[in-house]
Amino acid sequence: MSLPVAAQEALAAFAACLGWEQRARLLMQWGERLAPLSDAERVDEHRVHGCESLVWLIAERSGEHLHFRASSDARLLRGLLAVLLARVDGLPRAELASVDLVDWFNQLGLQRQLSPSRSNGLNAVLQRMRELAGRPA
Amino acid sequence: MSLISPWRADFPGILALAAEGQTYLDSAATAQKPQAVLDALLGYLASGVANVHRAQHLPGERATRAFEATRSQAAQWLNAARAEEIIFTRGTTESLNLLAYGLEHLLQPGEQIVISALEHHANLLPWQQLAKRRGLELVILPLDDAGSIDLQQAARLIGTRTRLLAVSQLSNVLGRWQPLDELLALARTQGALTVVDGAQGAVHGRHDLQALGCDFYVCSSHKLYGPDGVGLLYGRREALGQLQHWQFGGEMVLDADYHEARFRPAPLGFEAGTPAVSAVIALGAALNWLNGLDHAAVARHEATLHAELLAGLQARDGVRLLGQPQLALASFCVDGVHNADLAHLLSEQGIAVRAGHHCAMPLMKGLGLSGAIRVSLGLYNDGEDLQRFFSALDNALELLR
Repeated sequence: MSLPVAAQEALAAFAACLGWEQRARLLMQWGERLAPLSDAERVDEHRVHGCESLVWLIAERSGEHLHFRASSDARLLRGLLAVLLARVDGLPRAELASVDLVDWFNQLGLQRQLSPSRSNGLNAVLQRMRELAGRPA
Repeated sequence: MSLISPWRADFPGILALAAEGQTYLDSAATAQKPQAVLDALLGYLASGVANVHRAQHLPGERATRAFEATRSQAAQWLNAARAEEIIFTRGTTESLNLLAYGLEHLLQPGEQIVISALEHHANLLPWQQLAKRRGLELVILPLDDAGSIDLQQAARLIGTRTRLLAVSQLSNVLGRWQPLDELLALARTQGALTVVDGAQGAVHGRHDLQALGCDFYVCSSHKLYGPDGVGLLYGRREALGQLQHWQFGGEMVLDADYHEARFRPAPLGFEAGTPAVSAVIALGAALNWLNGLDHAAVARHEATLHAELLAGLQARDGVRLLGQPQLALASFCVDGVHNADLAHLLSEQGIAVRAGHHCAMPLMKGLGLSGAIRVSLGLYNDGEDLQRFFSALDNALELLR
């Protein structure tokens, strides 16, 4: 299983980061790359609950492949969503289930963002993503 | 010249965190413990434990004596009339739940429970749920702009149907002393029971509960530099006599048959099961340590730190304080900056502050905020802690703007 192109790019960028400031800047840049959601999409149906910030996650399916879109009102969280989507977007369902996302954030040096005391909601996003992926077509 | 805390060296936890590059400014959530508490915990555990109030053997007698000594110390600390007016619970939350169940039988449908708009969930949800169970009306006292309960409105809202008033002494979000004397007087005029949530207030200054004249007062050991897992519930003797038992089990019973039982009065009747013996004993050590301090010096130090905190926040563009905090803490948000982003970047820089709704969602919604950052101080914090916080805040804002 080779890394998607966007994921390779994220890995290279974050691996080159020196210190928290660069990492924060990079996260914000990645956050800007997220395709915006329309007002009609930023609704309760797509809300990921369990985070203190507002987060929306939408899954669209084409055949066996899943295409995710996401956004948040918090900028750094948008960056975290962007690097998450870079890893999983467009994968076939079967492959998605086997991706070790904790390891992915580890590789990016962002593992602390997944710690259980975090209320940023990234864990809730992963949970929601698995639910959406597991739904029958 | 930076503000120095003469008590900082007594706290291994704050020193260890500092050595790790962490600046701890979240003492309103839980406080670091002085060496005396660590010594007491280890001393008790290492010299042979036993259960309390049960055994005739020497270890049991020793544990019970130490456990009960804390009850006396707590009574003294709060100036209760007698040690039997102190019940040990697991914390403020449990104390308030105990009251909401123990007083339920006194409340009739249509009667009112009065709380305020600034209550922590612990002093909101037990009463909200009690109101639902009994068909009561939950009345919310509004705040003024500074963040104090509005007394004029309170005088209008506390009326003949009010059977219970439950309010915080010091807000965990707004950092203001609430006008308890006036509020308690209003409640007493109506013959209502009074409950004071002292979770934050108990940590700052000494309080004379007989002078305050509330029926019940609750607080937590872990914020008071003691171990977690222990709370205090003070009740005036007459008020305690009205409580119904709520948890049943070992050692709270006088006499039990298969189908009937009779229970002990307070305090033991409300301490079913094995209590947190080691933590209670170590709370005694915390109170003992606190008693040995120069209280005027502590108050001065806390006031100076707080003034520096406020001045620094107010000096920064776009920083908006929540209310007008008087001591211990300050909550704020920054125009155009999401509090989650700010919290993220502060924690990246080793600043341990609290972000979010601070267990007071209705208050935050009322203020029109999704969250805020709270900086809270302990007596071990010093001027350098604040400088590190401000420099991290400046870095974060520069990045985010």
